[in-house]
Amino acid sequence: MTTITEDYHAHPDATGHFGPYGGRFASETLMDALDELSAMYTKLKDDPDFRQQFDKDLAHYVGRPSPLYLAERLTKNWGGADIYLKREDLNHTGAHKINNTIGQALLAKYSGKPRVIAETGAGQHGVATATVAARLGLKCVVYMGAEDVERQKLNVYRMRLLGAEVVSVTSGSRTLKDAMNEAMRDWVTNVDDTYYIIGTVAGPHPYPTLVRDFNSIIGREARRQILEQTGELPDALVACVGGGSNAIGLFWEFLNDKGVEIYGVEAGGHGLDGDDHAAPLSKGRPGVLHGNRTYIMANDDGQISATHSVSAGLDYPGVGPEHAWLKDSNRAKYVAITDDEALDAFRELTRTEGIMPALESAHAVAYAKKLAKQLGKGKRIIVNLSGRGDKDVHTVAALDGLSI
Amino acid sequence: MSRIAATFERLKSEGRKALIPFVTAGDPRPDVTLPLMHALVEQGANIIELGMPFSDPMADGPAIQRANERALANGMSLRKTLDIVAEFRKTNQDTPVVLMGYLNPVEWMGYETFVKAAHEAGVDGLLMVDMPPEEGGGIVDYAKAVGLDLIYLVTPTTTNERFEIICKRSTGWIYYVSLKGITGANTLNVDEVAERMRWIEQHTDIPVCVGFGIRDGETAARVASVCSGVIVGSVLVNAIEKLESESAIEISSQVSKLLGDMRTAMDRA
Ligand SMILES: Cc1ncc(COP(=O)(O)O)c(C=O)c1O
Repeated sequence: MTTITEDYHAHPDATGHFGPYGGRFASETLMDALDELSAMYTKLKDDPDFRQQFDKDLAHYVGRPSPLYLAERLTKNWGGADIYLKREDLNHTGAHKINNTIGQALLAKYSGKPRVIAETGAGQHGVATATVAARLGLKCVVYMGAEDVERQKLNVYRMRLLGAEVVSVTSGSRTLKDAMNEAMRDWVTNVDDTYYIIGTVAGPHPYPTLVRDFNSIIGREARRQILEQTGELPDALVACVGGGSNAIGLFWEFLNDKGVEIYGVEAGGHGLDGDDHAAPLSKGRPGVLHGNRTYIMANDDGQISATHSVSAGLDYPGVGPEHAWLKDSNRAKYVAITDDEALDAFRELTRTEGIMPALESAHAVAYAKKLAKQLGKGKRIIVNLSGRGDKDVHTVAALDGLSI
Repeated sequence: MSRIAATFERLKSEGRKALIPFVTAGDPRPDVTLPLMHALVEQGANIIELGMPFSDPMADGPAIQRANERALANGMSLRKTLDIVAEFRKTNQDTPVVLMGYLNPVEWMGYETFVKAAHEAGVDGLLMVDMPPEEGGGIVDYAKAVGLDLIYLVTPTTTNERFEIICKRSTGWIYYVSLKGITGANTLNVDEVAERMRWIEQHTDIPVCVGFGIRDGETAARVASVCSGVIVGSVLVNAIEKLESESAIEISSQVSKLLGDMRTAMDRA
């Protein structure tokens, strides 16, 4: 008997489809720009000069490799599997988002376009984009939902200091999805001189692929590091899923390692029983949003739902198409963590290890706590600590009834 | 012959051009749309393009975004949009109705169910803003089976190679987007459009209609002179917004009058 094993690295196909998901559901005005971007990326991704420049920037500008840290005290307190934290929070600008913006800024540079735009939720991608734009002398406009502008004030000011224009988006639900709509509108209008740096593994082909590739450095390093430190592969991976870029970044290198369990953690908000969450993989259905087919949250009429999460970076009704595919093929499991559980994990990691995680990453930490108990002692879990919590101090303080 | 083909044939024989108003179904309230459609026809509309409201209209400017928000806030849905078309067909069997919108509500209903329901309601064509021909595979067979036209967009950035693909897949007419931008943009360059139209018309026999940026009788007449018809959207939608709290009759009469002025200018030219 022969066993047919799926090669999880064989996706997407030439037209950007991960099974039924992904693709290029974009306005005609953008189709040529997307074709050009695909052609340019296909050429550059294997180009030694491009690779070298990317690796050099990651090493000397971002500060990679990021450590893989065995959180001994946390492990002991939880009394289960060993917890290894992949420290993306230590990257320049404080999150994994910079891996992608370094790569896309290089693409923007090669394309010769003098202006970059981005959408942002938590502001981490906006800051990472404003940062690379400052470094390359590119004009930068960042779209951000009005609600997020309010709850992520620190990052808004950081972007402005970096020279970016931050546009507060007041249409729709005034969060990340609306910021993305507005960025698309800008791009359609200014496609000749503007490069759109999408911040997650969503959008029309080739974005889900190139954003994944730039973030896959996380898993490449983590796999090497865990082998160096323990001589073995981990038993499980855990990462939070907004659009899904930090998660796929960690998962990708391990997808064909069948013994490694993979968990993506969505934002459960006030709980999956109600409507106040941002968990399309757990509670949504396949549909089309922002240029690709994927799981999304919408009402009976197909109108996109307003989502809720305490963390702005997870507050999105869609998810990258590759995650939709990994869910259907059962290679990864998708679970949810509520606001309260995430906040508890935020405090616990801060107090136990002296590491203050982003509220997004705190969702992964909270799920790792449950999983550590299930797997038990002697097993190993890698948790992607996708970002640091400085930007969220304000939000947590407000929940404590303090204004700082 | 389809209603759309018959319409273009008749207009051609009369030496006239198609005037195609766009309004969002249910804007500002569901009760306005049916009388408005009839009034638009009375004022010279040849085809009606009806927007299917969507929560995230990514290719639209602020005016049509707000139209979508108003319609949804007042309970509009895809089903109700189809119901309105069915009502319209009870008294008008000649004027083609094309639904325009975004794919998700259609995916949600299911392509087969949607196409069947649209056909039964009397819809003649479909224009999905976020469904380029490459991604139309899921719907094309169902549409063909009932004779529902699939209308695709061509834009100033469409390459010649893509243009050929689009021509092959298009039925009914081709929608030429006059400018790089979103609806409501103000940068229409008639000479540029004329030049592009000369090239396009050498390469296809399908009627080509031009939309985006057509604001008044003068631009409508000038653009219509180089193509088979014009689509007028944001101007009407802006007027609806101003008249939001008026009665359905009042909105219908005032908004359709704007269209009537364009008709006069086009027929005079
Ligand atoms: C620290 C951090 N983690 C995770 C996310 C969620 O994005 P993604 O799912 O693409 O990694 C964000 C987004 O802003 C973020 O800032």
